[in-house]
Amino acid sequence: MSDNRAAPEAAEAASAAPAASAGEADLTGTGTAASPGAAPGQGNRILREIMSGNALVSVLAVVVALVIGGLLIAVTDERVGAAAGYFFARPGDLFGALWASVSEAYGALVRGATYDPTARTWLGQLGIFETLTIATPLILAGLAVTIAFRAGLFNIGAQGQIILGASFSAAVGFGWNLPPVLHLLAVILAGAVGGAIWGGIAGVLKARTGAHEVIVTIMLNYIAINLIGYLLKSPLKDPNSSNPVSPALHDSAVFPLLLGPNFRLHAGFLLAVLAVIAVAWLLNRSTLGFELRAIGANPSAARTAGMVVSRGYIIVMLIAGALSGLAGVAQVAGTEKSLDAEVAGSIGFDAITVALLGRSTPWGTFFAALLFGAFKAGGTSMAVNANVSIDIVLVVQSLIVLFIAAPPLIRAIFRLKSASSRGAAA
Amino acid sequence: MKNSLLSATKRGATVGAVTLGATALLLSGCGAAPSTSSNSGSASAGAGNYLGCIVSDAGGFDDQSFNQSSYEGLKKTETDLGIKVKQAESSTKADFEPNLNQMSNAGCNLTFTVGFLLKDATEKVAKTAPNSHFAIIDDNTIDLPNVKPVVYDTAQAAFLAGYAAAAQTKTGKVGTFGGINIPTVTIFMDGFADGVKYYNDKKGKSVQLLGWDKDTQQGVFTNTFDVVQEGTKATNNLLGDGADVIMPVAGPLGKGAGDAILDANKNGKDAKLIWVDSDGYLTAPAYKSVLLTSVIKKMGEAVETIVKDDKNGSFSSTPYVGTLENDGVALAPFHDLDASVSADTKSELQTIQKSIISGDLKVESAASPK
Repeated sequence: MSDNRAAPEAAEAASAAPAASAGEADLTGTGTAASPGAAPGQGNRILREIMSGNALVSVLAVVVALVIGGLLIAVTDERVGAAAGYFFARPGDLFGALWASVSEAYGALVRGATYDPTARTWLGQLGIFETLTIATPLILAGLAVTIAFRAGLFNIGAQGQIILGASFSAAVGFGWNLPPVLHLLAVILAGAVGGAIWGGIAGVLKARTGAHEVIVTIMLNYIAINLIGYLLKSPLKDPNSSNPVSPALHDSAVFPLLLGPNFRLHAGFLLAVLAVIAVAWLLNRSTLGFELRAIGANPSAARTAGMVVSRGYIIVMLIAGALSGLAGVAQVAGTEKSLDAEVAGSIGFDAITVALLGRSTPWGTFFAALLFGAFKAGGTSMAVNANVSIDIVLVVQSLIVLFIAAPPLIRAIFRLKSASSRGAAA
Repeated sequence: MKNSLLSATKRGATVGAVTLGATALLLSGCGAAPSTSSNSGSASAGAGNYLGCIVSDAGGFDDQSFNQSSYEGLKKTETDLGIKVKQAESSTKADFEPNLNQMSNAGCNLTFTVGFLLKDATEKVAKTAPNSHFAIIDDNTIDLPNVKPVVYDTAQAAFLAGYAAAAQTKTGKVGTFGGINIPTVTIFMDGFADGVKYYNDKKGKSVQLLGWDKDTQQGVFTNTFDVVQEGTKATNNLLGDGADVIMPVAGPLGKGAGDAILDANKNGKDAKLIWVDSDGYLTAPAYKSVLLTSVIKKMGEAVETIVKDDKNGSFSSTPYVGTLENDGVALAPFHDLDASVSADTKSELQTIQKSIISGDLKVESAASPK
């Protein structure tokens, strides 16, 4: 993987040569960020460092976040509080209580996300499949953030793109009557098109007018949220329901279940895996992918090398939008089977974290999405069985973002060397 | 590298433990240890093998609205009936089914699902777990032997509030706004509208209702249950149009409405607030001074009754419909503003309540439970 990335990075290094020496000398990285006369490219460079930091930082960020989450679980536990009250009389109790509370909570989390022999249903016993189910849209949306980032665009608009993709696929799913396999394909295609339109708008605006994609995609999120609210009031609303939901998709339009009716895992997961392989191929093996990475590394250098940067922006946002749209399809045709205003949940934003944690590589994103799926699947089990609020999962996820966004912090905690010695660390 | 990493991890963990220990030490480490060694803290309730569970909708159990009151009702049975309670909060629709499945796994005897949005998930999981009982709040569309629908004919209580508001207005205009145009919201507004209309017919007055048209089912909606400032904005608009009694039907946005009214009254207006779902005098005491009354849905009581019945083996899938008659919905007392409401109005409200209960006076809303 690092071989494939070498070319664009070389381009970057060449252009950033004057700044590079200063940056490398400063091991903590704080000086670079704080320097008052930072060049406009500096922000992007820092962002890029965050997005493509080494795998060790990702892993350690998760570990530190889990440790802090554990402390939060412990200090909010009544038993720990009680044992702390007589710490001097019997100090062992405090540590026993600490251990009990954290191990119960994380134990329930891990069992819920993987295998729990005590559960009463198949679905509960084999939580691993629930993990995969929840990870499915996250993988797809995470890829949408990843691929855009590799072309130097920060795609905050996965949320809106998911909503559009979900709306399009739902409309086809309950509105059309097609033979079984064809119908599902039409639903998938419609979702990809819907998402691609929304992503494409941001791409065109960026390419033609230079409008910053972060602003544009955030605003498009709002438009999408209100658009779906409108759509669910009349055109897509189920006439038999007084609530803002669409009719259920036809049976021919939903993903088949992979493991029978006892589990929610559906064929959308296979689609997600295919998408990972496709994006990995696109980025690392194709000419287009090379162009996108070159543009991401340094647009000016790419332009000088004869690449059409604006075309690259449009194409990558179309692809990113289509991937997010597929995440919407995974929701609508996979687990939800009808459209509602909450269809995107927090997937569009979790996707950003997933892409960050996956260091914006396709397989990194895949495993990060699995981890988040496990957090979610295990989190409900933790909430119910260990009586720890699922919000702690949100805290852990947020801490992960925090630590990934501050690689120097992680490096300082663990006394790691800076990103410049990446090869040695990996 | 690996070794240094390991030691670094250890160091981190030690630092954490030491910090925590030191905190405990500073705070209150000097108490006496309990004499008994059985301090495990598991299952203090004696008889409790019965498991009552609850799954929230996206509002969470701290929404100062139906999730919270249902949850508190269930928590109360934990102590009153000695049952065990498990809860799971949902943050989006996609959480409903996993949460319910967890409850199924945990072996819940009775699971409450709060909100009509949980209908599909409840129906699906109830089918797969025919031996467990479920009760869904604010939905009356599931027809399964192990699901009890819990609904409220809120329009009846809102009718009383509308009448009281019309009687109290000095500007001849009262107002309301909703969070989202959905039945559980509009049922309040329909009842309120009818109450105002009834007052006008009886008294030959022409009190105007702003923010809701019952005939077209259109009105002022903030399109959010989260952004409190939107409540302030909507209320300021209504106040600006001359309304002086406002009923926000938007959960937490009621606080925004209360702020707007307190503010307006500081600048010489004399506006009043009508709270919904719970008695605002108790749940939102900041607005006591402007709180005329509240339209209450008594979720907690219904939850307690259903748990009690199920525990005694008399669960039924017949819907529970909260009405004025069974005290499932009610108009709260006027509290601090009691003196400002005339004795005539109070007795008229009594009479109306009686005729609604007897069926002489029909309060109808498109959103009423059928």
